[in-house]
Amino acid sequence: MNDQAPDENKGKLIQRVWGIIRKPSARYALGTLLTVGFVAGVVFWGSFNWSLELTNNEEFCITCHEMKDNVYQEYKQTIHYSNRSGVRATCPDCHVPKTWVHKIARKIQASNELYHHFLGTIDTREKYEAKRLKLAKNEWRRMKETDSRECRNCHNFDYMDFTVQEKRSRKRHAVAIEKGSTCIDCHKGIAHELPKGAFEAEKEISAK
Amino acid sequence: MKTINYGMILGLALVFVALGSPGAFSQDGGVQSLRGTPQISEPGPSPEIKKQATNQRFGRAYRQQPPLIPHKIEKYQINLKVNQCMRCHDWPYSVEEGAPKISETHYIDRSGVALDKVAKTRWFCTQCHVPQVYTRPLVPNRFKSAFETK
Repeated sequence: MNDQAPDENKGKLIQRVWGIIRKPSARYALGTLLTVGFVAGVVFWGSFNWSLELTNNEEFCITCHEMKDNVYQEYKQTIHYSNRSGVRATCPDCHVPKTWVHKIARKIQASNELYHHFLGTIDTREKYEAKRLKLAKNEWRRMKETDSRECRNCHNFDYMDFTVQEKRSRKRHAVAIEKGSTCIDCHKGIAHELPKGAFEAEKEISAK
Repeated sequence: MKTINYGMILGLALVFVALGSPGAFSQDGGVQSLRGTPQISEPGPSPEIKKQATNQRFGRAYRQQPPLIPHKIEKYQINLKVNQCMRCHDWPYSVEEGAPKISETHYIDRSGVALDKVAKTRWFCTQCHVPQVYTRPLVPNRFKSAFETK
């Protein structure tokens, strides 16, 4: 008898709440409800995006996404970290899309890495090296599928001054535009070390 | 008379300007150095960066000289995992990319066995091959290539 009592109460509570939601308000004016609802919506949406942005910075990324001692250190030696003009591309600039829908989708996908962080799948240099090819291939494939969308947030063929490029780059970029190649087709390993077997993997990805 | 007065005023003004200029007396009244006021705390200009000559290939100075590299190489990774030079200069990439293929001798290991991939003894390209630059020699010298001395 005692066991059933809480269940009955629970059922009643849900019914009561549902009743309140369904019943038209007699006490508050429609204007008040709309205004309060609108303000609450703005606050909710603002704080949601604000906290989302908080998770979108380098210090936060490297706490869980298993790279502080690996790829993050390598990235610090590259031109995307330090360069003559003082522009820096941090983790999310290349690895998190800017548009909202894609950003959320990417964030949900990448939460898988949190699971592996707590499992300790790649928590040593050796474990990381063993998985490096697989991880790199994932990222190359993603960038190829999105036509290097994150690269193109900053780099754009239309904005390039080919006359100040080295002869090789000038030729290659012209060919790339004609063929409709994407950045990652050639520019692999620019911010992190290349994995062993990178060239074979490159062929495999471009064959698809 | 009026014109002379104007000339005198102008002359006096020039004398005052000359005396008042910071060149004559040091700002804080101390003795001025013969070198002027050196700004030793400021960093000097950095030395000019040696630019690679990418427009043409340099000739060899002697028959056995490893060919020079006519492009930038600083971002290419050569380590135990990967050698990015081989992405263009190894066969068959050299054909696809239109780049000079590494010498056939580089496919032979030290026991004389012919290999498909570059021999591990030849792995570190920059041991012998260096980027070419137009630059002043570090030490003045009268070096002539083997072909010039003949």
